Amino acid sequence: MNLVATITLFSSVAIIFLIGLLASRTNNTSASFMEDYYLGGRSLGGFVLAMTMTATYGSASSFIGGPGVAYNEGLGWVLLSVIQVSTGYFTLMILGKRFAIVAKKYKAITMVDFLKERYQSKWVVLLSSFSIIVFLFSAMAAQWIGGGRLIESITGLSYHSALLIFVLTVLVYVTFGGFRAVTLTDSIQGTIMLIGTVILLTSIIIAGGGISSIMTDLSTENPNLITPYGADGTLSPQYVSSFWILVGVGVVALPQIVIRAMSYKNTRSFHRALIIGTIVVGIIMLNMHLIGVFARPILPGIEVADTVIPLIALEVLPAWLAGIVLAAPLAAIMSTVDSLLLLVSSTIVKDVYINYIQPHAPRKKVRKLSMTITAILGIIVYLIAIHPPDLIIWLNLYTIGGLEAAFIWPVVMGIYWKRGNKYGAIAAIITGFSSYILFQAFYPEPFGMHAVVSSIGISLIAYVGVSLSLKKV
Amino acid sequence: MKELDKNPFKIANREALIGVILVIFHFTWWFAFAYGLGKKDPADYQYILGFPAWFFYSCIAGIIIMSILVFIIVKFFFTDIPFDDEEFEQS
Repeated sequence: MNLVATITLFSSVAIIFLIGLLASRTNNTSASFMEDYYLGGRSLGGFVLAMTMTATYGSASSFIGGPGVAYNEGLGWVLLSVIQVSTGYFTLMILGKRFAIVAKKYKAITMVDFLKERYQSKWVVLLSSFSIIVFLFSAMAAQWIGGGRLIESITGLSYHSALLIFVLTVLVYVTFGGFRAVTLTDSIQGTIMLIGTVILLTSIIIAGGGISSIMTDLSTENPNLITPYGADGTLSPQYVSSFWILVGVGVVALPQIVIRAMSYKNTRSFHRALIIGTIVVGIIMLNMHLIGVFARPILPGIEVADTVIPLIALEVLPAWLAGIVLAAPLAAIMSTVDSLLLLVSSTIVKDVYINYIQPHAPRKKVRKLSMTITAILGIIVYLIAIHPPDLIIWLNLYTIGGLEAAFIWPVVMGIYWKRGNKYGAIAAIITGFSSYILFQAFYPEPFGMHAVVSSIGISLIAYVGVSLSLKKV
Repeated sequence: MKELDKNPFKIANREALIGVILVIFHFTWWFAFAYGLGKKDPADYQYILGFPAWFFYSCIAGIIIMSILVFIIVKFFFTDIPFDDEEFEQS
Protein backbone atom coordinates (compact mmCIF):
# COMPACT_ATOMS: atom_id res chain seq x y z
CA MET A 1 0.00 0.00 0.00
CA ASN A 2 1.26 3.41 -0.94
CA LEU A 3 -0.13 5.96 1.49
CA VAL A 4 0.77 9.16 -0.35
CA ALA A 5 -0.50 7.89 -3.70
CA THR A 6 -3.71 6.73 -2.03
CA ILE A 7 -4.32 10.13 -0.49
CA THR A 8 -3.78 12.09 -3.71
CA LEU A 9 -5.83 9.57 -5.69
CA PHE A 10 -8.81 9.90 -3.39
CA SER A 11 -8.51 13.68 -3.15
CA SER A 12 -8.75 13.90 -6.93
CA VAL A 13 -11.77 11.65 -6.89
CA ALA A 14 -13.32 13.68 -4.06
CA ILE A 15 -12.96 16.91 -6.04
CA ILE A 16 -14.67 15.35 -9.04
CA PHE A 17 -17.42 14.11 -6.75
CA LEU A 18 -18.00 17.55 -5.24
CA ILE A 19 -18.35 19.14 -8.64
CA GLY A 20 -20.93 16.53 -9.60
CA LEU A 21 -22.99 17.48 -6.57
CA LEU A 22 -22.66 21.22 -7.13
CA ALA A 23 -23.66 20.88 -10.77
CA SER A 24 -26.78 18.96 -9.82
CA ARG A 25 -28.15 22.06 -8.09
CA THR A 26 -28.88 23.75 -11.37
CA ASN A 27 -31.30 20.94 -12.19
CA ASN A 28 -34.36 22.45 -10.54
CA THR A 29 -34.70 25.48 -12.76
CA SER A 30 -35.34 23.84 -16.12
CA ALA A 31 -38.76 23.29 -17.63
CA SER A 32 -38.42 19.73 -18.83
CA PHE A 33 -36.95 17.43 -16.22
CA MET A 34 -36.38 14.63 -18.73
CA GLU A 35 -34.48 16.78 -21.17
CA ASP A 36 -32.40 18.25 -18.39
CA TYR A 37 -31.64 15.08 -16.45
CA TYR A 38 -30.80 12.95 -19.45
CA LEU A 39 -29.47 15.50 -21.95
CA GLY A 40 -28.31 18.48 -19.90
CA GLY A 41 -30.99 20.63 -21.56
CA ARG A 42 -29.20 20.38 -24.94
CA SER A 43 -26.81 23.08 -23.87
CA LEU A 44 -23.33 21.61 -24.03
CA GLY A 45 -20.51 23.86 -25.13
CA GLY A 46 -17.69 22.78 -27.44
CA PHE A 47 -15.08 21.90 -24.85
CA VAL A 48 -17.51 19.97 -22.68
CA LEU A 49 -18.90 18.10 -25.70
CA ALA A 50 -15.43 17.07 -26.89
CA MET A 51 -14.36 15.99 -23.44
CA THR A 52 -17.50 14.06 -22.67
CA MET A 53 -17.19 12.16 -25.96
CA THR A 54 -13.57 11.36 -25.20
CA ALA A 55 -14.16 10.40 -21.60
CA THR A 56 -17.18 8.24 -22.43
CA TYR A 57 -15.42 6.44 -25.18
CA GLY A 58 -12.03 6.10 -23.52
CA SER A 59 -13.05 3.44 -21.07
CA ALA A 60 -11.24 0.85 -19.01
CA SER A 61 -10.11 -0.83 -22.21
CA SER A 62 -8.13 2.14 -23.49
CA PHE A 63 -6.57 2.99 -20.13
CA ILE A 64 -5.94 -0.33 -18.47
CA GLY A 65 -6.42 -3.15 -20.97
CA GLY A 66 -5.05 -1.44 -24.09
CA PRO A 67 -1.67 -0.36 -22.69
CA GLY A 68 -1.34 -3.83 -21.19
CA VAL A 69 -1.69 -5.41 -24.63
CA ALA A 70 0.72 -2.82 -26.08
CA TYR A 71 3.23 -3.90 -23.43
CA ASN A 72 3.10 -7.41 -24.84
CA GLU A 73 2.67 -6.68 -28.56
CA GLY A 74 4.85 -3.60 -29.06
CA LEU A 75 4.32 -0.78 -31.58
CA GLY A 76 1.93 -2.87 -33.70
CA TRP A 77 -0.70 -2.41 -31.02
CA VAL A 78 -0.13 1.33 -30.88
CA LEU A 79 -0.73 1.38 -34.64
CA LEU A 80 -4.07 -0.31 -34.00
CA SER A 81 -4.99 2.03 -31.17
CA VAL A 82 -4.40 5.28 -33.01
CA ILE A 83 -7.23 4.29 -35.35
CA GLN A 84 -9.45 5.64 -32.59
CA VAL A 85 -8.37 9.17 -33.51
CA SER A 86 -10.88 8.94 -36.35
CA THR A 87 -13.73 8.79 -33.82
CA GLY A 88 -12.76 12.33 -32.76
CA TYR A 89 -14.00 13.81 -36.01
CA PHE A 90 -15.89 11.07 -37.85
CA THR A 91 -18.71 10.35 -35.40
CA LEU A 92 -19.61 13.99 -34.95
CA MET A 93 -19.33 14.81 -38.65
CA ILE A 94 -21.49 11.88 -39.72
CA LEU A 95 -24.25 12.27 -37.17
CA GLY A 96 -23.58 15.94 -37.52
CA LYS A 97 -25.95 18.82 -37.83
CA ARG A 98 -28.61 16.85 -39.55
CA PHE A 99 -28.97 14.51 -36.59
CA ALA A 100 -29.09 17.36 -34.08
CA ILE A 101 -31.78 19.14 -36.12
CA VAL A 102 -33.87 16.00 -36.51
CA ALA A 103 -33.43 14.98 -32.88
CA LYS A 104 -34.54 18.40 -31.76
CA LYS A 105 -37.55 18.33 -34.04
CA TYR A 106 -38.54 14.91 -32.73
CA LYS A 107 -37.83 16.13 -29.19
CA ALA A 108 -35.72 12.97 -28.92
CA ILE A 109 -33.89 12.47 -25.64
CA THR A 110 -32.42 9.03 -26.22
CA MET A 111 -31.22 7.09 -29.24
CA VAL A 112 -34.32 4.93 -28.94
CA ASP A 113 -36.47 8.08 -29.06
CA PHE A 114 -34.88 8.93 -32.35
CA LEU A 115 -35.47 5.43 -33.73
CA LYS A 116 -39.06 5.52 -32.46
CA GLU A 117 -39.92 8.78 -34.21
CA ARG A 118 -38.01 7.87 -37.32
CA TYR A 119 -39.50 4.42 -37.84
CA GLN A 120 -42.81 4.71 -35.93
CA SER A 121 -42.63 1.12 -34.82
CA LYS A 122 -43.17 -0.48 -31.46
CA TRP A 123 -40.94 -3.38 -32.41
CA VAL A 124 -37.99 -1.19 -33.27
CA VAL A 125 -38.34 0.45 -29.86
CA LEU A 126 -38.65 -2.77 -27.91
CA LEU A 127 -35.86 -4.54 -29.79
CA SER A 128 -33.44 -1.67 -29.40
CA SER A 129 -34.34 -1.02 -25.76
CA PHE A 130 -33.82 -4.67 -25.03
CA SER A 131 -30.39 -4.83 -26.67
CA ILE A 132 -29.28 -1.62 -25.01
CA ILE A 133 -30.32 -2.78 -21.56
CA VAL A 134 -28.74 -6.23 -21.87
CA PHE A 135 -25.46 -5.18 -23.45
CA LEU A 136 -24.76 -1.92 -21.73
CA PHE A 137 -25.69 -3.45 -18.41
CA SER A 138 -22.98 -6.05 -18.78
CA ALA A 139 -20.54 -3.50 -20.15
CA MET A 140 -21.17 -1.49 -17.03
CA ALA A 141 -20.54 -4.42 -14.69
CA ALA A 142 -17.22 -5.09 -16.41
CA GLN A 143 -16.18 -1.47 -15.99
CA TRP A 144 -17.02 -1.58 -12.28
CA ILE A 145 -14.88 -4.63 -11.85
CA GLY A 146 -12.07 -2.76 -13.64
CA GLY A 147 -12.51 0.27 -11.37
CA GLY A 148 -12.49 -1.88 -8.25
CA ARG A 149 -9.33 -3.70 -9.39
CA LEU A 150 -7.55 -0.44 -10.13
CA ILE A 151 -8.27 1.01 -6.69
CA GLU A 152 -7.25 -2.32 -5.19
CA SER A 153 -3.88 -2.34 -6.98
CA ILE A 154 -3.00 1.23 -5.99
CA THR A 155 -4.19 1.34 -2.41
CA GLY A 156 -3.86 -2.25 -1.29
CA LEU A 157 -7.44 -2.18 0.02
CA SER A 158 -9.41 -5.39 -0.44
CA TYR A 159 -11.32 -5.73 -3.71
CA HIS A 160 -14.66 -5.44 -1.90
CA SER A 161 -13.86 -2.20 -0.09
CA ALA A 162 -12.30 -0.78 -3.25
CA LEU A 163 -15.41 -1.63 -5.22
CA LEU A 164 -17.66 -0.13 -2.57
CA ILE A 165 -15.78 3.18 -2.61
CA PHE A 166 -15.94 3.28 -6.38
CA VAL A 167 -19.64 2.50 -6.51
CA LEU A 168 -20.70 4.99 -3.85
CA THR A 169 -18.91 7.84 -5.59
CA VAL A 170 -20.42 7.08 -8.96
CA LEU A 171 -23.92 6.46 -7.62
CA VAL A 172 -24.27 9.62 -5.60
CA TYR A 173 -23.41 11.97 -8.37
CA VAL A 174 -25.14 10.19 -11.19
CA THR A 175 -28.34 9.76 -9.21
CA PHE A 176 -28.58 13.38 -8.15
CA GLY A 177 -26.70 15.14 -10.89
CA GLY A 178 -27.95 13.57 -14.11
CA PHE A 179 -26.43 14.24 -17.50
CA ARG A 180 -25.21 17.75 -16.83
CA ALA A 181 -23.26 16.67 -13.77
CA VAL A 182 -21.86 13.73 -15.70
CA THR A 183 -20.72 15.80 -18.66
CA LEU A 184 -19.18 18.42 -16.40
CA THR A 185 -17.25 15.87 -14.43
CA ASP A 186 -16.35 14.26 -17.76
CA SER A 187 -14.64 17.48 -18.78
CA ILE A 188 -12.55 17.51 -15.63
CA GLN A 189 -11.75 13.84 -16.03
CA GLY A 190 -10.87 14.32 -19.68
CA THR A 191 -8.49 17.10 -18.69
CA ILE A 192 -6.90 14.93 -15.99
CA MET A 193 -6.46 12.13 -18.52
CA LEU A 194 -4.88 14.45 -21.05
CA ILE A 195 -2.37 16.02 -18.67
CA GLY A 196 -1.81 12.75 -16.80
CA THR A 197 -0.82 10.80 -19.92
CA VAL A 198 1.59 13.54 -21.02
CA ILE A 199 3.30 13.62 -17.62
CA LEU A 200 3.51 9.85 -17.42
CA LEU A 201 4.89 9.43 -20.94
CA THR A 202 7.53 12.12 -20.42
CA SER A 203 8.66 10.55 -17.15
CA ILE A 204 8.89 7.12 -18.76
CA ILE A 205 10.98 8.41 -21.65
CA ILE A 206 13.34 10.03 -19.15
CA ALA A 207 13.47 6.88 -17.01
CA GLY A 208 14.21 4.77 -20.10
CA GLY A 209 17.07 7.02 -21.20
CA GLY A 210 15.39 8.59 -24.26
CA ILE A 211 13.32 7.18 -27.11
CA SER A 212 16.26 5.86 -29.14
CA SER A 213 17.61 3.84 -26.28
CA ILE A 214 14.14 2.43 -25.49
CA MET A 215 13.77 1.39 -29.14
CA THR A 216 17.17 -0.30 -29.08
CA ASP A 217 16.23 -2.18 -25.92
CA LEU A 218 12.97 -3.29 -27.50
CA SER A 219 14.51 -4.51 -30.74
CA THR A 220 17.30 -6.31 -28.87
CA GLU A 221 14.70 -8.19 -26.88
CA ASN A 222 12.51 -9.00 -29.90
CA PRO A 223 12.78 -7.14 -33.24
CA ASN A 224 9.08 -7.78 -33.87
CA LEU A 225 8.20 -5.36 -31.05
CA ILE A 226 9.09 -2.43 -33.29
CA THR A 227 7.35 -3.75 -36.44
CA PRO A 228 3.65 -3.23 -37.25
CA TYR A 229 3.04 -6.99 -36.97
CA GLY A 230 2.98 -7.63 -33.22
CA ALA A 231 5.33 -9.59 -30.96
CA ASP A 232 4.96 -12.90 -32.79
CA GLY A 233 4.11 -11.44 -36.19
CA THR A 234 0.43 -12.38 -36.03
CA LEU A 235 -1.17 -8.92 -36.45
CA SER A 236 -1.96 -9.08 -40.17
CA PRO A 237 -2.66 -5.88 -42.12
CA GLN A 238 -6.26 -6.87 -42.88
CA TYR A 239 -6.96 -7.80 -39.26
CA VAL A 240 -5.56 -4.53 -37.91
CA SER A 241 -7.31 -2.57 -40.68
CA SER A 242 -10.66 -4.09 -39.74
CA PHE A 243 -10.41 -2.22 -36.46
CA TRP A 244 -11.18 0.90 -38.50
CA ILE A 245 -14.71 -0.45 -38.42
CA LEU A 246 -14.78 -1.68 -34.82
CA VAL A 247 -13.14 1.21 -32.98
CA GLY A 248 -13.28 3.91 -35.67
CA VAL A 249 -16.21 4.28 -38.03
CA GLY A 250 -18.58 1.93 -36.19
CA VAL A 251 -18.48 3.94 -32.98
CA VAL A 252 -21.02 6.19 -34.66
CA ALA A 253 -23.69 3.65 -33.63
CA LEU A 254 -22.92 3.35 -29.91
CA PRO A 255 -25.88 4.73 -27.96
CA GLN A 256 -23.72 6.56 -25.42
CA ILE A 257 -21.99 8.43 -28.27
CA VAL A 258 -25.20 9.04 -30.20
CA ILE A 259 -26.95 10.86 -27.37
CA ARG A 260 -23.99 13.16 -26.97
CA ALA A 261 -24.33 14.16 -30.60
CA MET A 262 -27.78 15.58 -29.86
CA SER A 263 -26.89 17.47 -26.73
CA TYR A 264 -24.87 20.42 -27.96
CA LYS A 265 -25.96 24.00 -27.77
CA ASN A 266 -25.24 25.34 -31.25
CA THR A 267 -23.09 24.72 -34.29
CA ARG A 268 -20.26 26.79 -32.88
CA SER A 269 -19.86 24.39 -29.98
CA PHE A 270 -20.12 21.56 -32.49
CA HIS A 271 -17.27 22.97 -34.56
CA ARG A 272 -15.08 23.49 -31.52
CA ALA A 273 -15.84 19.97 -30.31
CA LEU A 274 -14.65 18.51 -33.63
CA ILE A 275 -11.27 20.21 -33.38
CA ILE A 276 -10.73 19.69 -29.66
CA GLY A 277 -12.00 16.10 -29.83
CA THR A 278 -9.62 15.07 -32.60
CA ILE A 279 -6.58 16.53 -30.88
CA VAL A 280 -7.47 15.24 -27.42
CA VAL A 281 -8.31 11.69 -28.54
CA GLY A 282 -5.12 11.68 -30.62
CA ILE A 283 -2.88 12.69 -27.75
CA ILE A 284 -4.52 10.39 -25.21
CA MET A 285 -4.58 7.27 -27.40
CA LEU A 286 -1.03 7.70 -28.70
CA ASN A 287 0.38 8.46 -25.27
CA MET A 288 -1.42 5.76 -23.29
CA HIS A 289 -0.38 2.98 -25.64
CA LEU A 290 3.16 4.26 -26.06
CA ILE A 291 3.39 4.23 -22.27
CA GLY A 292 2.49 0.54 -22.39
CA VAL A 293 5.24 -0.21 -24.95
CA PHE A 294 7.90 1.94 -23.29
CA ALA A 295 7.18 0.37 -19.90
CA ARG A 296 8.58 -2.92 -21.17
CA PRO A 297 12.33 -2.23 -20.97
CA ILE A 298 11.90 -0.37 -17.67
CA LEU A 299 9.78 -2.95 -15.87
CA PRO A 300 10.26 -6.26 -17.69
CA GLY A 301 8.30 -9.36 -16.86
CA ILE A 302 4.94 -7.97 -15.72
CA GLU A 303 2.62 -10.96 -15.80
CA VAL A 304 -0.82 -9.43 -15.40
CA ALA A 305 -1.19 -7.01 -18.31
CA ASP A 306 -3.86 -4.92 -16.54
CA THR A 307 -1.39 -3.85 -13.86
CA VAL A 308 1.14 -2.31 -16.28
CA ILE A 309 -0.17 1.25 -15.96
CA PRO A 310 -0.46 1.41 -12.13
CA LEU A 311 2.92 -0.30 -11.69
CA ILE A 312 4.82 1.90 -14.13
CA ALA A 313 3.26 5.06 -12.69
CA LEU A 314 4.30 4.12 -9.17
CA GLU A 315 7.77 3.25 -10.52
CA VAL A 316 8.66 6.40 -12.45
CA LEU A 317 6.69 9.13 -10.67
CA PRO A 318 6.87 10.51 -7.13
CA ALA A 319 4.07 8.92 -5.13
CA TRP A 320 1.88 12.02 -4.80
CA LEU A 321 1.99 12.61 -8.54
CA ALA A 322 1.34 8.94 -9.31
CA GLY A 323 -1.86 9.23 -7.29
CA ILE A 324 -3.07 12.20 -9.34
CA VAL A 325 -2.03 10.68 -12.67
CA LEU A 326 -3.71 7.38 -11.85
CA ALA A 327 -6.87 9.33 -11.18
CA ALA A 328 -6.95 9.55 -15.00
CA PRO A 329 -7.72 5.90 -15.77
CA LEU A 330 -9.99 5.81 -12.75
CA ALA A 331 -11.71 8.91 -14.08
CA ALA A 332 -12.05 7.27 -17.48
CA ILE A 333 -13.70 4.21 -16.04
CA MET A 334 -15.97 6.32 -13.86
CA SER A 335 -17.19 8.49 -16.67
CA THR A 336 -17.87 5.50 -18.87
CA VAL A 337 -19.83 3.98 -16.03
CA ASP A 338 -21.82 7.14 -15.30
CA SER A 339 -22.92 7.56 -18.84
CA LEU A 340 -23.82 3.90 -19.22
CA LEU A 341 -25.78 4.01 -15.99
CA LEU A 342 -27.68 7.05 -17.13
CA LEU A 343 -28.31 5.52 -20.52
CA VAL A 344 -29.72 2.26 -19.17
CA SER A 345 -31.88 4.21 -16.73
CA SER A 346 -33.16 6.48 -19.48
CA THR A 347 -33.93 3.46 -21.64
CA ILE A 348 -36.05 1.96 -18.89
CA VAL A 349 -37.81 5.15 -17.81
CA LYS A 350 -38.15 7.01 -21.07
CA ASP A 351 -38.28 4.34 -23.74
CA VAL A 352 -40.22 1.65 -21.99
CA TYR A 353 -42.12 3.15 -19.04
CA ILE A 354 -43.30 6.42 -20.58
CA ASN A 355 -43.87 4.97 -24.02
CA TYR A 356 -45.82 1.90 -23.04
CA ILE A 357 -46.73 1.85 -19.38
CA GLN A 358 -47.77 5.33 -18.32
CA PRO A 359 -47.53 7.90 -21.11
CA HIS A 360 -48.70 10.92 -19.11
CA ALA A 361 -46.86 10.48 -15.87
CA PRO A 362 -46.61 13.74 -13.90
CA ARG A 363 -43.23 15.48 -13.84
CA LYS A 364 -42.66 14.83 -10.18
CA LYS A 365 -43.25 11.13 -10.59
CA VAL A 366 -40.91 10.89 -13.58
CA ARG A 367 -38.23 12.68 -11.62
CA LYS A 368 -38.55 10.37 -8.66
CA LEU A 369 -38.68 7.34 -10.90
CA SER A 370 -35.59 8.35 -12.89
CA MET A 371 -33.52 8.81 -9.78
CA THR A 372 -34.81 5.64 -8.13
CA ILE A 373 -34.17 3.51 -11.21
CA THR A 374 -30.67 4.97 -11.60
CA ALA A 375 -29.90 4.17 -7.97
CA ILE A 376 -31.40 0.68 -8.08
CA LEU A 377 -29.51 -0.15 -11.27
CA GLY A 378 -26.28 0.94 -9.62
CA ILE A 379 -26.92 -1.31 -6.64
CA ILE A 380 -27.71 -4.30 -8.85
CA VAL A 381 -24.51 -3.79 -10.84
CA TYR A 382 -22.59 -3.56 -7.58
CA LEU A 383 -24.00 -6.88 -6.42
CA ILE A 384 -23.07 -8.42 -9.77
CA ALA A 385 -19.55 -6.97 -9.65
CA ILE A 386 -18.88 -8.58 -6.25
CA HIS A 387 -19.23 -12.03 -7.75
CA PRO A 388 -19.17 -11.51 -11.50
CA PRO A 389 -20.89 -14.38 -13.31
CA ASP A 390 -19.12 -15.64 -16.45
CA LEU A 391 -22.03 -14.58 -18.61
CA ILE A 392 -21.32 -10.91 -17.87
CA ILE A 393 -17.69 -11.16 -18.95
CA TRP A 394 -18.76 -12.98 -22.09
CA LEU A 395 -21.45 -10.46 -22.98
CA ASN A 396 -19.11 -7.56 -22.40
CA LEU A 397 -16.67 -8.89 -24.97
CA TYR A 398 -19.43 -8.65 -27.54
CA THR A 399 -20.94 -5.34 -26.48
CA ILE A 400 -19.28 -2.84 -28.78
CA GLY A 401 -19.34 -4.94 -31.93
CA GLY A 402 -22.85 -6.22 -31.24
CA LEU A 403 -24.33 -2.77 -30.72
CA GLU A 404 -22.53 -1.46 -33.79
CA ALA A 405 -23.71 -4.28 -36.01
CA ALA A 406 -27.28 -3.79 -34.79
CA PHE A 407 -27.59 -0.02 -34.85
CA ILE A 408 -25.21 1.47 -37.40
CA TRP A 409 -27.61 1.28 -40.34
CA PRO A 410 -30.86 2.09 -38.53
CA VAL A 411 -29.14 5.24 -37.22
CA VAL A 412 -27.04 6.35 -40.19
CA MET A 413 -29.50 5.38 -42.92
CA GLY A 414 -32.31 6.66 -40.73
CA ILE A 415 -30.71 10.08 -40.97
CA TYR A 416 -29.63 10.10 -44.60
CA TRP A 417 -31.84 7.73 -46.54
CA LYS A 418 -35.52 8.64 -46.78
CA ARG A 419 -36.64 5.27 -48.10
CA GLY A 420 -35.34 3.27 -45.15
CA ASN A 421 -38.32 2.00 -43.15
CA LYS A 422 -39.19 0.08 -40.03
CA TYR A 423 -39.00 -3.32 -41.69
CA GLY A 424 -35.50 -2.57 -42.84
CA ALA A 425 -34.55 -1.35 -39.37
CA ILE A 426 -35.93 -4.44 -37.66
CA ALA A 427 -34.19 -6.68 -40.19
CA ALA A 428 -30.90 -4.82 -39.73
CA ILE A 429 -31.04 -5.00 -35.93
CA ILE A 430 -31.84 -8.71 -35.90
CA THR A 431 -29.40 -9.82 -38.61
CA GLY A 432 -26.58 -7.54 -37.49
CA PHE A 433 -26.86 -8.66 -33.94
CA SER A 434 -27.35 -12.38 -34.43
CA SER A 435 -24.79 -12.70 -37.21
CA TYR A 436 -22.25 -11.02 -34.96
CA ILE A 437 -22.90 -13.44 -32.12
CA LEU A 438 -22.74 -16.41 -34.51
CA PHE A 439 -19.51 -15.23 -36.13
CA GLN A 440 -17.91 -14.70 -32.74
CA ALA A 441 -18.94 -18.14 -31.58
CA PHE A 442 -18.11 -20.20 -34.68
CA TYR A 443 -15.98 -18.21 -37.13
CA PRO A 444 -14.40 -15.25 -35.37
CA GLU A 445 -12.28 -13.93 -38.24
CA PRO A 446 -14.06 -14.12 -41.58
CA PHE A 447 -11.69 -13.01 -44.40
CA GLY A 448 -8.97 -12.55 -41.76
CA MET A 449 -10.88 -9.58 -40.36
CA HIS A 450 -12.72 -8.84 -37.15
CA ALA A 451 -16.23 -10.32 -37.23
CA VAL A 452 -17.85 -6.89 -36.94
CA VAL A 453 -16.96 -6.10 -40.56
CA SER A 454 -18.94 -9.00 -42.01
CA SER A 455 -21.86 -8.42 -39.64
CA ILE A 456 -22.12 -4.77 -40.61
CA GLY A 457 -22.07 -5.84 -44.26
CA ILE A 458 -24.86 -8.37 -43.73
CA SER A 459 -26.84 -5.83 -41.74
CA LEU A 460 -26.55 -3.29 -44.57
CA ILE A 461 -27.84 -5.79 -47.11
CA ALA A 462 -30.74 -6.60 -44.77
CA TYR A 463 -31.58 -2.94 -44.20
CA VAL A 464 -31.55 -1.92 -47.84
CA GLY A 465 -33.06 -5.13 -49.19
CA VAL A 466 -35.94 -5.30 -46.74
CA SER A 467 -36.62 -1.55 -46.88
CA LEU A 468 -36.95 -1.69 -50.64
CA SER A 469 -39.01 -4.87 -50.86
CA LEU A 470 -41.43 -4.11 -48.01
CA LYS A 471 -42.50 -0.54 -48.68
CA LYS A 472 -44.58 1.23 -46.08
CA VAL A 473 -48.27 0.71 -46.80
CA MET B 1 -20.75 30.77 -52.28
CA LYS B 2 -22.52 30.44 -48.97
CA GLU B 3 -25.60 32.14 -50.37
CA LEU B 4 -26.23 29.18 -52.61
CA ASP B 5 -26.58 26.50 -49.99
CA LYS B 6 -28.57 27.99 -47.16
CA ASN B 7 -30.62 24.84 -46.77
CA PRO B 8 -29.41 23.31 -43.47
CA PHE B 9 -29.96 19.77 -44.71
CA LYS B 10 -27.75 20.40 -47.74
CA ILE B 11 -25.05 21.88 -45.54
CA ALA B 12 -25.30 18.92 -43.18
CA ASN B 13 -25.09 16.43 -46.05
CA ARG B 14 -22.03 18.10 -47.48
CA GLU B 15 -20.34 18.11 -44.10
CA ALA B 16 -21.09 14.44 -43.54
CA LEU B 17 -19.55 13.71 -46.93
CA ILE B 18 -16.44 15.63 -45.89
CA GLY B 19 -16.29 13.34 -42.83
CA VAL B 20 -16.30 10.27 -45.09
CA ILE B 21 -13.59 11.70 -47.35
CA LEU B 22 -11.46 12.60 -44.33
CA VAL B 23 -11.68 9.12 -42.87
CA ILE B 24 -10.75 7.53 -46.22
CA PHE B 25 -7.78 9.84 -46.55
CA HIS B 26 -6.76 9.10 -42.95
CA PHE B 27 -6.99 5.35 -43.52
CA THR B 28 -4.92 5.54 -46.72
CA TRP B 29 -2.22 7.61 -45.04
CA TRP B 30 -2.14 5.31 -42.04
CA PHE B 31 -2.05 2.10 -44.09
CA ALA B 32 0.46 3.24 -46.72
CA PHE B 33 3.10 4.40 -44.25
CA ALA B 34 2.59 1.64 -41.69
CA TYR B 35 2.83 -1.28 -44.08
CA GLY B 36 4.78 0.44 -46.86
CA LEU B 37 7.72 1.35 -44.63
CA GLY B 38 7.11 -1.24 -41.91
CA LYS B 39 7.39 -4.40 -44.01
CA LYS B 40 11.17 -4.10 -44.29
CA ASP B 41 13.48 -6.10 -42.09
CA PRO B 42 13.56 -4.28 -38.71
CA ALA B 43 17.36 -4.14 -39.02
CA ASP B 44 16.99 -1.83 -42.06
CA TYR B 45 14.55 0.57 -40.38
CA GLN B 46 15.26 4.25 -40.47
CA TYR B 47 14.55 6.28 -37.37
CA ILE B 48 13.00 9.71 -36.93
CA LEU B 49 13.18 11.34 -33.48
CA GLY B 50 13.95 7.89 -32.11
CA PHE B 51 10.86 6.23 -33.60
CA PRO B 52 10.95 3.78 -36.54
CA ALA B 53 10.04 5.78 -39.66
CA TRP B 54 6.85 3.80 -40.39
CA PHE B 55 5.56 4.51 -36.91
CA PHE B 56 6.53 8.15 -36.99
CA TYR B 57 4.76 8.87 -40.27
CA SER B 58 1.77 6.60 -39.84
CA CYS B 59 0.89 7.31 -36.22
CA ILE B 60 2.54 10.49 -34.99
CA ALA B 61 2.52 12.54 -38.21
CA GLY B 62 -0.87 11.01 -39.04
CA ILE B 63 -2.44 12.42 -35.89
CA ILE B 64 -0.83 15.82 -36.40
CA ILE B 65 -1.94 16.01 -40.03
CA MET B 66 -5.49 14.96 -39.20
CA SER B 67 -5.70 17.54 -36.43
CA ILE B 68 -4.53 20.27 -38.79
CA LEU B 69 -6.87 19.09 -41.58
CA VAL B 70 -9.87 18.96 -39.24
CA PHE B 71 -9.00 22.42 -37.98
CA ILE B 72 -8.73 23.90 -41.49
CA ILE B 73 -11.83 22.18 -42.80
CA VAL B 74 -13.99 23.12 -39.82
CA LYS B 75 -12.77 26.72 -39.83
CA PHE B 76 -13.20 27.33 -43.54
CA PHE B 77 -15.73 24.87 -44.90
CA PHE B 78 -18.21 24.30 -42.12
CA THR B 79 -21.17 26.64 -41.91
CA ASP B 80 -22.92 27.83 -38.79
CA ILE B 81 -26.63 27.16 -38.87
CA PRO B 82 -29.08 28.33 -36.25
CA PHE B 83 -30.87 25.60 -34.32
CA ASP B 84 -33.68 27.69 -32.92
CA ASP B 85 -34.70 29.03 -36.28
CA GLU B 86 -38.30 28.12 -37.06
CA GLU B 87 -37.87 28.23 -40.82
CA PHE B 88 -36.19 24.88 -41.24
CA GLU B 89 -38.68 23.10 -39.04
CA GLN B 90 -40.71 22.27 -42.11
CA SER B 91 -37.86 21.31 -44.42
